[in-house]
Amino acid sequence: MRYRQKRILKLAFIVAIILSSYLLYHFYGINLGLDLRGGSHIVLQAQPTEQREIDNDVMEGIQNIIERRVNSLGMSDVTVQREGRDRIIVELPAVDNPNEAMEVIGRTAVLSFRNSHGDILMTGEVVANAEADRDQYSRPVVSFELTSQGSQKFEAITRQYMGQKIGIYLDEELLTNPTVQSVIKGRGQITGYETMESAQSHAILIKEGALPVPVEAIQAKSVGPTLGEISIRKSIVAGLFGLIVVGIYMIFYYRFPGILAAVVLAIYGFLLLGTLAGLRAVLTLPGIAGLILSIGMAVDANIIIFERIKDERRSGKTLRASIDTGFKRAYTTIIDANVTTLITAFILAYFTSGTVRGFAITLGIGVLVSMFTAFFVTRNVIDLFTNTKLLNNSAAFGLKRGQ
Amino acid sequence: MDILGKRKIWYTISLVVIIIGLLFMVFKGLNFGIDFQGGTLLEFKFDNKVTNEEVRNILAELDFAKDAVVQQSEEGGIQGVLIRTKELSPEQIVEIEDALTAEYPSTETLRTDMIWPTIGQELRVKALWALVMASIAIIIYISIRFEFRFAIVAIITLLHDVLITLGLFAILGREINTPFVAALLTIIGYSINDTIVIFDRIRENMKLMQRTPFIELANKAVVDTLPRSINTSITTLITILAIYFFGGASIKTFMLALFIGMFAGTYSSIFIASPLLVTWKNKFAS
Repeated sequence: MRYRQKRILKLAFIVAIILSSYLLYHFYGINLGLDLRGGSHIVLQAQPTEQREIDNDVMEGIQNIIERRVNSLGMSDVTVQREGRDRIIVELPAVDNPNEAMEVIGRTAVLSFRNSHGDILMTGEVVANAEADRDQYSRPVVSFELTSQGSQKFEAITRQYMGQKIGIYLDEELLTNPTVQSVIKGRGQITGYETMESAQSHAILIKEGALPVPVEAIQAKSVGPTLGEISIRKSIVAGLFGLIVVGIYMIFYYRFPGILAAVVLAIYGFLLLGTLAGLRAVLTLPGIAGLILSIGMAVDANIIIFERIKDERRSGKTLRASIDTGFKRAYTTIIDANVTTLITAFILAYFTSGTVRGFAITLGIGVLVSMFTAFFVTRNVIDLFTNTKLLNNSAAFGLKRGQ
Repeated sequence: MDILGKRKIWYTISLVVIIIGLLFMVFKGLNFGIDFQGGTLLEFKFDNKVTNEEVRNILAELDFAKDAVVQQSEEGGIQGVLIRTKELSPEQIVEIEDALTAEYPSTETLRTDMIWPTIGQELRVKALWALVMASIAIIIYISIRFEFRFAIVAIITLLHDVLITLGLFAILGREINTPFVAALLTIIGYSINDTIVIFDRIRENMKLMQRTPFIELANKAVVDTLPRSINTSITTLITILAIYFFGGASIKTFMLALFIGMFAGTYSSIFIASPLLVTWKNKFAS
């Protein structure tokens, strides 16, 4: 009776961890990195100018303006964060034209009005508002409104340059080069756009203001949704295929305990997904590699345990005693082997960034979960069957008859 | 089975492979990808077949993309091209996209990867630092749990696996990129794991069989753990092969590196690590 109760408890334990993993996975889901779900990752580096050094204020200013620009583009799920002394990382979800978005985000965007000699007459701070619009011929334009100070200034300029050309520049790019035909006060239009989208992106740059210093995109990575989808579909097929073949091999080699190992492996899969979901870890393509390695280690832990039990059986011990000693002796091996891997994973996660870090974190989580599985799940699953013929069979654990 | 007695044979096999690899590394060099050297990689897809030559002609019109290398897209089944060139600004990338779209309206950007050489440099330095730190930590841990010589041998074994993988990549001319670095790290993790399992058995035998000469008890440990070593590497290699054949193109290089490294790792933990312990013992005993 006591044995029966213990067994029910063990079964309950296993069911409980599967269930909680499933719930974690169900409620949080797995965060996919941009290489799997599509998206963009841009690293911008601020460039000091003669007038301006890079300091905290400058970086905060840049971050604010970039956040505003991103919002104006109407994107959700965007992160803008600082890295190191002079860098800003922007991550965008998958969009149709990521490179154009990057271009808008990283532009210094100083709007200037220049005469035909290229002298700057007025710059963009005096712009109060700017938006994409259509002119009387229904062509896309950017219409802008000036501040009261800007109105006075522009009035003076247009008076002075009546009948001459005034170029409107965004950074060094000439947007339009109209001839002044009347004195202009508060409002103006910039023409010369082919599409409403291009007018829209310039309007954003003009309205949200210039960055205090120029920034350069030193890294830009974007994966279209198509490619992300292909990668994830292929990874799932490959992962499942691998797991199934490994399961068949284990069953073929270890017989009934092999089936248990395959079950443990499936439980491990659940636990791992649940843990990754619970920790809100981001899964990337190299992260999948870390997972594969940890699956390998989870299988390995089972192999080590089974081989140990087999050794004990050979030396003539009863099944119960063999399982006890086998586990005990396998523990130190598994701990030493996994701790060294964990050390590597933690150091990598601490000292590196980006891809390598993602890999290291998933590997670390995977190894911890695989140790937990080997010590608690494998043990309980095997205990469930100790008194059955299935485990007492001489072929179990791959023992040959007569051994 | 006498594995440790024939250690000179195993050393020779490894040395030959490593030396050939090193020669290729020195004379042919490693094919560093844009992650390390900086540059731009663009992959486009079209509804209909577009030849590399047609794309080259379009790029020739753009000043900054004249020298771009155009290849067939890596992702099978997709009508696409892969363009490699020096690092470009987002504006320039948009110019390329616009030029292609003007000619082929179905142009879709599969991926963009642009990186400055400075970032590649940082990546190299960081990864190397992390490896040095990890090695030191592993030496300390193994020295405490085992002995100092086990730690040094474990590190030599790691180096062996890394050199063989690098060497084969030099021979094959395959690209070294960030996923490759992740693969190397995986190999290190696997190799150390594999070696420790055997060392653990040697440590146990040293306690249980104190009268037995070291070479015999070490050999027994290697032979006794052989089923585990083989089973573990077979199951791992199956998974890797599955991903190699079913996984996407971007993951192929990565899996190839893993395959080579895991193979080297299994070999070295059986044929290099424990024999080196014996060699060490003999050298310092005499």
